[in-house]
Amino acid sequence: MTPIIEVKNIKKRFKKQLVLDSVSIEVQPGSIYALLGANGAGKSTLLKIITGLLDSDQGNVLVNNLTVTKDLRQVQQLFSFSAQTSSVDDILTGYENLVLIAKLRHVAHPKQLALDLLVQFKLTDAAKKRVADYSGGMRRRLDLAMSLVGNPEILFLDEPTTGLDPSSRNDLWQTIRELKSQGKTIFLTTQYLEEADQLADKIGFLGEGKIIATGTPSEMKHLAGSEKLQLIFLTSEQLAQAQTLLTDFKVQLIDEVSINVELPDSMQSVLKILHLLSTNEIEPNTFQVTSPTLDDVFLKLTKGASL
Amino acid sequence: MTFITDTFTLAGRLIKHNLRSLDTIITVILMPIMMLLLMVYLFGGSIEIPGVSHAEYVNYVLPGILLMTIATGSAYTALRINTDKLSGMFDRFKSLPISKSAVLNGQAVALVIFMMTSTLIVLLVGFLIGFRSQANFAEWGLAILILMGFALAITWLSVPFALAAKSVDGASAFSYLVLILLFISSAFVPVTGMPKVIQVFAENQPVTHIIQAIRQLLTAQPIGNHGWIALAWIIAITLISYLLGTRIYRHV
Repeated sequence: MTPIIEVKNIKKRFKKQLVLDSVSIEVQPGSIYALLGANGAGKSTLLKIITGLLDSDQGNVLVNNLTVTKDLRQVQQLFSFSAQTSSVDDILTGYENLVLIAKLRHVAHPKQLALDLLVQFKLTDAAKKRVADYSGGMRRRLDLAMSLVGNPEILFLDEPTTGLDPSSRNDLWQTIRELKSQGKTIFLTTQYLEEADQLADKIGFLGEGKIIATGTPSEMKHLAGSEKLQLIFLTSEQLAQAQTLLTDFKVQLIDEVSINVELPDSMQSVLKILHLLSTNEIEPNTFQVTSPTLDDVFLKLTKGASL
Repeated sequence: MTFITDTFTLAGRLIKHNLRSLDTIITVILMPIMMLLLMVYLFGGSIEIPGVSHAEYVNYVLPGILLMTIATGSAYTALRINTDKLSGMFDRFKSLPISKSAVLNGQAVALVIFMMTSTLIVLLVGFLIGFRSQANFAEWGLAILILMGFALAITWLSVPFALAAKSVDGASAFSYLVLILLFISSAFVPVTGMPKVIQVFAENQPVTHIIQAIRQLLTAQPIGNHGWIALAWIIAITLISYLLGTRIYRHV
């Protein structure tokens, strides 16, 4: 399939600092792409370049095979962009916010569309309230509803869940999944690894202005290595004994009484290790299996990049 | 065509803002009204202006007070624009398939309407405390046009400041510049009593010409060159600020 968004070799400098260094991204239609990075990694800058709000110094962006800088007006018909700060008008009501955008997008029946969207996003009760009185979750829902006016194919969401409480965040994740199932392409930025893991079909790690890794969430996790068995003993003598038994495995010392053992083949190895220990009458106090998180990948990759 | 409807859709949004923040309107008109009362009832008695009796001082000072209303309104203009910049509203508007200039033009339309409404309220207060004019219909019309021109120029002048400012406080500080220009003009006292250097500046700065033109029109006197010079200043300020403002807008 040809990608719906193609970012090719984007470079951007602010004064002398290189903020984006040859960034290339491809996004397939109908998928969710998560651009993951810490604060100040250049996520918002890249998003502004892709959406034509900012010019790049080098490279170009194709959306649906149209060059963003050349055919901006046509490209703008295809997408909507919601900024990091949730760009909603505080003084207007939720209904008025939607009608405003509907009029500016020249849809056929702005008022009807606004009412429909209020229903879809469970905001009907708050329709006539000023947005200043909305909760953080309601603002984000309204923001997303405004992004859907005019039925754009692509949604750009800049840190859609930053500042939300866990339950509002879960609601929003659910909404984003529903939008994907309706066939929308979603490009989001996030600093939460869990969010990228939960939502994305493909993740791009942006670190120090470069895409330092890209792949599916499970590919990303694979990069961090295999699962680990953590063993905590009562005494350091027990630990020393265990170490002599586990010479076939990769063992990592955590402290005086605990070790991490890498598991080449998951549960098989766990049984093998525990069996080995119990036949030699060494009983660990506690143990647990830990899967690598995206945090591990991230730390590993950014460490590598700065070397 | 869509350019015009977009401009009015966006202006409509800001008119709603203005109607909903009556406290802001009150703050904007309170200072000029206080100033009017102070000048007329407190200081007016000690100010000797050749050809103007103490009872007629309200006629002398009112045009300056009307400009002051527009100047205090410009602080509010800057605040609105800066809020839209910081809240990300501009990003949303810019990502829509609408004409880029519609956003700033919508601001200008709404703000000129806002300033003219506040000016009208202050004018009514002027009438209540004894302002009278011998001007005919055409002279009134011209005076109002100049006031609108000044409102337009000040609105556009505030745009680059508001867009460049990093905070709302910084954005509204701009209006003090306009207020200072008002004090160093013939708004409250004739410039002849000022120190020589300041007098030269005061006689030639735009606000004096605008005030003189309005004052002469409202007292049914010939306006001389003041009208043309005022018009030239208004066009120049509007044009330069418009070009500068739209340029900065593209990059915020």
